[in-house]
This record gives sequence, structure tokens and C-alpha cells, in this order.
Amino acid sequence: MASQEFLIQYLPILLFMAVAVGMSVVMVLGSLLFGKQNPDPEKLSAYECGFDAFSDSRNKFDVRFYLVTLLFIIFDLEIAFLFPWAVALGKIGMFGFFSMVIFLGILTVGFIYEWKKGALDWE
Amino acid sequence: MAELWQTYGIWTATTLAYTLLVVVGLLLAVAYLTYAERKVMGAMQRRQGPMTVGPFGLLQPIADGLKLFSKETIIPSGANRPVFLAAPMVLFSLALVAWVVIPFDKDWVLANINVGILYLFAISSMGVYGVIMAGWASNSRYAFLGALRSASQMVSYEVSMGLIIVCVILCSGSLNLQEIVLAPRPLWMQILLFPMFIVFLISILAETNRAPFDLPEGESEITGGFMVEYSAMAFALFFLGEYANMILMSAIATTLFLGGWLPPFGLSFLAFVPGIIWFALKVCSVLFFFIWARATLPRFRYDQLMRLGWKIFLPLTLFWVILTAGVLIVFDALPG
Amino acid sequence: MIVQALAFYLFAGILTLSALMVISARNPVHSVLFLILAFFNAAGLFVLLGAEFVGLILVIVYVGAVAVLFLFVVMMLDISFSDLRKGAMQYVPIGLGIGGILLGELMIIYGGWKFAPNMSENLAAPLLRFESSSNTQSLGMILYTDYVLAFQLAGLVLFVAMVGAIVLTHRTRAGVRRQSVAEQQKRRPEDVLEIRKITSRTGV
Repeated sequence: MASQEFLIQYLPILLFMAVAVGMSVVMVLGSLLFGKQNPDPEKLSAYECGFDAFSDSRNKFDVRFYLVTLLFIIFDLEIAFLFPWAVALGKIGMFGFFSMVIFLGILTVGFIYEWKKGALDWE
Repeated sequence: MAELWQTYGIWTATTLAYTLLVVVGLLLAVAYLTYAERKVMGAMQRRQGPMTVGPFGLLQPIADGLKLFSKETIIPSGANRPVFLAAPMVLFSLALVAWVVIPFDKDWVLANINVGILYLFAISSMGVYGVIMAGWASNSRYAFLGALRSASQMVSYEVSMGLIIVCVILCSGSLNLQEIVLAPRPLWMQILLFPMFIVFLISILAETNRAPFDLPEGESEITGGFMVEYSAMAFALFFLGEYANMILMSAIATTLFLGGWLPPFGLSFLAFVPGIIWFALKVCSVLFFFIWARATLPRFRYDQLMRLGWKIFLPLTLFWVILTAGVLIVFDALPG
Repeated sequence: MIVQALAFYLFAGILTLSALMVISARNPVHSVLFLILAFFNAAGLFVLLGAEFVGLILVIVYVGAVAVLFLFVVMMLDISFSDLRKGAMQYVPIGLGIGGILLGELMIIYGGWKFAPNMSENLAAPLLRFESSSNTQSLGMILYTDYVLAFQLAGLVLFVAMVGAIVLTHRTRAGVRRQSVAEQQKRRPEDVLEIRKITSRTGV
């Protein structure tokens, strides 16, 4: 376990989360209880400009959305590597700088590949 | 238990009081941001904006809130009830909990953690959940499309935001927000960071789904996007969450680029004014930019939006990270 | 100290419960949502250990990115999950077998575990270098220099992932009209417009 002074900084986050979640629950449930509830089947049907829905709306969609998320994961990891580097650059100097330049260079090759393949185009 | 109460009781009570102060202040700020938006947009379009409720329409946001509270919460029959109700709560809670690390003044920050900026980045990257959950749980085509668009858009701009944050960290040498505010910024460093500030401003517009990047809502084509099935307080929470996120993003921009609670332009004779006033003024000016953009710019097309994120901002910010690091090394100006 | 213990049991308890829910929830989307809750609590445990950077990176990478993809895949795939579950029972023997082997291996490791005699000095020694720096900084001080090979290999893994993602998912569709900004900018009025003087009642 870490030191007391360290953890005391994190305790407000826990408290704040409890307050925020409690507040949103109270707001939604309060409205659910106090507001006039008068449901009927037509009101509860999904909004589709007056039509009844033809099929379930949760179906396959363009694979591009997956691709965007996949690429995002890769770049997010890259950024995760950049954080400690940015903080410690003063200590690790030139070697650390070029180490990161090579790392980013490899990923830039991948980025150029994406670009040329047209994976970044939206149609 | 008694000993526990002695050690932590007072501390917990004060922290809770501060927490409530921040939350209530934030909710008021959100309410009056909606009012300010309508007034400013009205002025920009030569209208008056809300005028009826209270003097100058000042009570309008409260009336809106009460109205939404008393309305019926419609849960569509095909919806997944727990997820449907949890989605707005997730979005709204996330918009609130980020505030715990924002420094309002010299000694006024609830959780002065070492990795404050990472915490903010983590919270803002979780923002997509509220949207995806809402879109999926509603079981409606419009909601589903809006959620897909919104998730992809937020994720795309997250990357360039992260890289911009890295640039700022390079200049301040710390992940602690208080230290980022206090880190010395000579003029050349400000010039170096200025393009990143512009890119950051545009990215936060996209991240909060605001005009001109409000395609997820796109009322003229997908009728409100992921929120289409929501009503009453569940809808209000989305609305409040969106505006709280706007204020949050403005606060982050202020902390990272505009010197947080310090007096503007390094004018130290203005230091007698409390820091929180400077902080609020700076946040308001960024918020004005949000409203201004909405009042003046037409909506982007989706392919243009993706191209801007992936083909322009991403290479630019990546290059800027290396440039910033290189300049700092060459001038031997690296902190720490 | 007692608050730390309480926080530990809170996080660990929710973590275990949500991990159980991940495998027992009927709806796969609920499973993923519980998985996210589990990640979140694991991050809380890391922070309790003092590893704030690792904890937050866990939230940023796993909750903020990986789980979004999971959620996308699970939510939008057009699979009838009751059909999928029908044949699941036939895999039980194989599953139990693999689980048993894993458990046996873990027992062997645990049985053969020995601490080095001067462990406490060894543990303290490498920490001296980082006494004055924060968590993140100490990580940065060794990751890019002492462990440069592992770091570059991580870069290569990411590169392979990037290429793989495109090879697997990218399809070029025919008949799509794309916007080319460069071409739009190059268009000049002279190229596309022609101005003619036409006297009245003659036509073109």
C-alpha cells in the first residue's frame, strides 16, 4: 500500500464520484416518480417518422466504424507511450529523444500505409 | 470507529462541502450557459432571445428545468431498460467527476493528484460510453446511427487531443495541473504552442459534438441522433451533460494554454484579484467561442469531418510533438 | 490505514463480482459493461498500490479504447446469441481439461517458488535512483533508455497491428465519388466557364 499523503489526494475523487452518481440517479428516478406517467403502446414505439419499424435496428453496419476504432486503439497506445517520455525527456536527453523518434517513425510508416490504402477516406 | 471518525470526520465533511459547492456551482453555470447561449445567439442573429420568464428572461433556465422534471419519462417498448436509464446518468456523472482535479485557484483544487491531466484525458475518453449505450439501448435506427457517428467522431479527435496534451506536458514537465499552470511560459514557448491551442479549440468542438461538428445530432437528417428516444429528466441529463462538458473542455483549455487562474498576460499587478475570477473569465471567453462558432458556421459533412481529424490534425499534431521536443532540447529549455 | 483497507475491499469486491457477472450475464452487452466496471476497479486497486500512472493508463487504454471496440462488436453484430449458446455444452469437457492443466501448472509454480535470500536489499536497491521523482517520471527514465529494445519492439507490434487491421477490414468499394480538395482548389473559372456574347433573338 502506498503512503497516506499520496492516497489522501485520491480520496476526494471517490467522494466526488459518489456524489455525482447519486445526484444523477436521484434526478432521473425523481422525475420518473413525480412526473405523470401515462404510457400507451403507440407512444412507446420507436420513432421512425410514423412507420412501424421494419426490423430490429441493431444490425450490421459499415466495417469502417470498426476500422476507425481499431486505429484509435493503436494511436491511443502510442500516446500512452508518449506521456512518460514527455515528463522524463529532460532526464533522458538525446538518446531518449531519438529512441522516441524511431518509435514514431515506425508508426508513421504504418500511417502512410493507411493513407495510401485509403483506409482514412470516408465515402 | 470513533477513532476513525476523529481522523477523517472533519476532513470528509469539508471535502463533501467543497464537492457540493463545486457541483451546485457547476449546475448553475450550466443552466446559465444555456441562457447565455440563447441570448448571445439571439444578439448575433438580431433577435432578443428569452425575455418572458423573469427580468430579461433570467429565470428561463430554471423554468426549463422544472418543466423537464415534471414531464413523462418515455421508455420505448423495444428498449433495454437498465442500459437505457443508465446511459444519461453515465454521461452526466462523467461530466461532473472530471471537475475534481481542475485547479480553480492557488490552493483550491479538490484532488491535487500527480497525474491530473491523465485523469482528465481518461474521463474524456470515457465520454463515448454514454452515447453508445444510449444509441444501442433505444433500439431505434436514428439513435443507433447517431451513436455510431458520435462514437467514431469523438474517438477520432481524441487522438489529436492526446498529442496536443503531450506538447503541453513537454513544455511544463509535469502531469500535475497545478504545476502546468505555474510552469514558466516565455514568449517563444507561447508562440510554439499557439497553433496547438487553435487545433485544441477545434478538437474540443468535435469532442463535445458541438456545431459545426454536431453531426451526431444532425436534427435535419437523423432527428436528434442518439437522444431521439429520450424525454423528461433523462433527456435533461444529456443536455446538462453536453453543456457541462463544454464548460469542462473550456476549463481544460484554460488550464493548459491560458494560464489557469493566473492573471492574464503575466500582468502581476492584477494579482490582487482572486484567481477564481480570472479563471472564470478565461473559461467564459472560451465558451463564447463555442457559441460564436455555433451561430456562424454551417455543419460539416461526415467525410470532411473524418478527413480533418485523421488526415490533417493527426499528422500535424504528431509533427508538432517532435518539433516541440526538438526545439526544447536544442535550446536546452526542458524542465526537470 | 483503515480507510485504505476499506477502499481495497470495496474495489476488490466489486471487481470480483463484476468479473463473475461478465461470464454469467445473459446479454453480451451487459457482459461488456460489467467488464468495463471490472477494469475500472482494477485501476482503483493500482492507485491504492501507488501505481497511479499504470492505473490511469489502464482506464485510458482499456476502458477508453479497447472496451469501446468490444462494445461495438458485441452490440452491432447480427448474431442470435441463444443459437450460439445451444452447442456450448459440448465444449465443457475440453474447457474443464484446459482449466485443470492451467491449475496444475499454477500449483507447480507455487510449490517451486523460492525467495532469494537477500530479497529485501535487492528490492530496495533499484528504487534509490528514483527517490525524488514521481511515478510517471521514473517510468520514463528507464523505459526509453534501459529498455529501448522492448520499447522498439512494442512499436513494431503496433505497426503490425495497424497493417493487420487494414488488411483484414479494408474494402474498396466501386463507384464511390470522393471529394478531392486539391482538385477543387485547382479548378479555375477559365477552365470550366465560357462567357459568350449573344445577340438577342439568335440563340447559341
